[in-house]
Amino acid sequence: MNNKYRVFLRGIFDVSPLMIPVVPFGLIFGVLSIEIGFSPIETMGMSLIVFGGASQIVLLQLFSGGASSLVIISSVGAVNSRHLLYGAVVSEHLSDLKLIWKIVISYFLVDQAFARSNEYFKKNNDKNKYFHLIGGGITCWVIWQTTTFLGIILGAFIPEKLGLSFAVPLTFLALLVNDFRKLINVIVIIISGLVATFGFNYVPYKAYVIVAGIIALLTAAILTKLVKTNE
Amino acid sequence: MNNWLLIIYCGLITFLTRFSMIALLKKEMFNERIREILSFVPSAIFPAIIFPAIFLDNSGDFQLENNPKIMAAIIAMLIGIVSQNIIATIISGLASYWFLIFVV
Repeated sequence: MNNKYRVFLRGIFDVSPLMIPVVPFGLIFGVLSIEIGFSPIETMGMSLIVFGGASQIVLLQLFSGGASSLVIISSVGAVNSRHLLYGAVVSEHLSDLKLIWKIVISYFLVDQAFARSNEYFKKNNDKNKYFHLIGGGITCWVIWQTTTFLGIILGAFIPEKLGLSFAVPLTFLALLVNDFRKLINVIVIIISGLVATFGFNYVPYKAYVIVAGIIALLTAAILTKLVKTNE
Repeated sequence: MNNWLLIIYCGLITFLTRFSMIALLKKEMFNERIREILSFVPSAIFPAIIFPAIFLDNSGDFQLENNPKIMAAIIAMLIGIVSQNIIATIISGLASYWFLIFVV
């Protein structure tokens, strides 16, 4: 078995445990998208074109609230800005790659694949190591497309009174579980939530996600600075 | 804007963020301070989705009484803090929500 194939399989193996939470996420996305009024083809298209859980759910949430396209797109951008943090980390491992491979890998670079491959890159330094990221990315891709598809089918049978739209805040809440234990994060979370809730009807163009995000991030900047000066 | 165009633009911006991560950005471009602040992005953005979805009704009015979502979200959060597990958080929240609307 050649080395590329082995590294690719290792990527699949490493990322698999992280796929368990992706399953309900994908199902919920598929079901909700149909409930909101997107067609099955549009729903599948979102998973194929965007291929990002948080981006797609934000798209749904703001679309159903009647936000303008510009606001939806910039809110998706705001949600994605968290990834900029990873970029600098992973780019040094991939700097020798051809542009076309960088484009391919960019499409598959989701959180879970990134997390696992970054650990792998730190320990292994052979020239085929990027196949690890491709293996992990393709695994996430297959799971995401399959669960979206199943969600679309399930969506036709799930009654609206189940209130499955409540799964949206729950999923995002679940993504924050590690942050509830840190005081600065808790303050930032509360500020963002309050600004968004009170600004919901007053911030023009439903841009409340962006406004709340900026104010909360400024709060984080001030608080971390204060903590440092007091140390 | 039609739905397909919207989907394509959202896909583009998601792709460009990822592409800039591996092709354009270099580690030296971010000092410690910027990295520290960026690490707060999830805490700063996600609650802006979470809170209105819990405390406001479909027309954007406050819904503080008779709102099973508040209790269900608190239960989910507590389970999340204790278990640090994504699935347990989602399932406990949905289960308590359904318990509150269908059983209680």
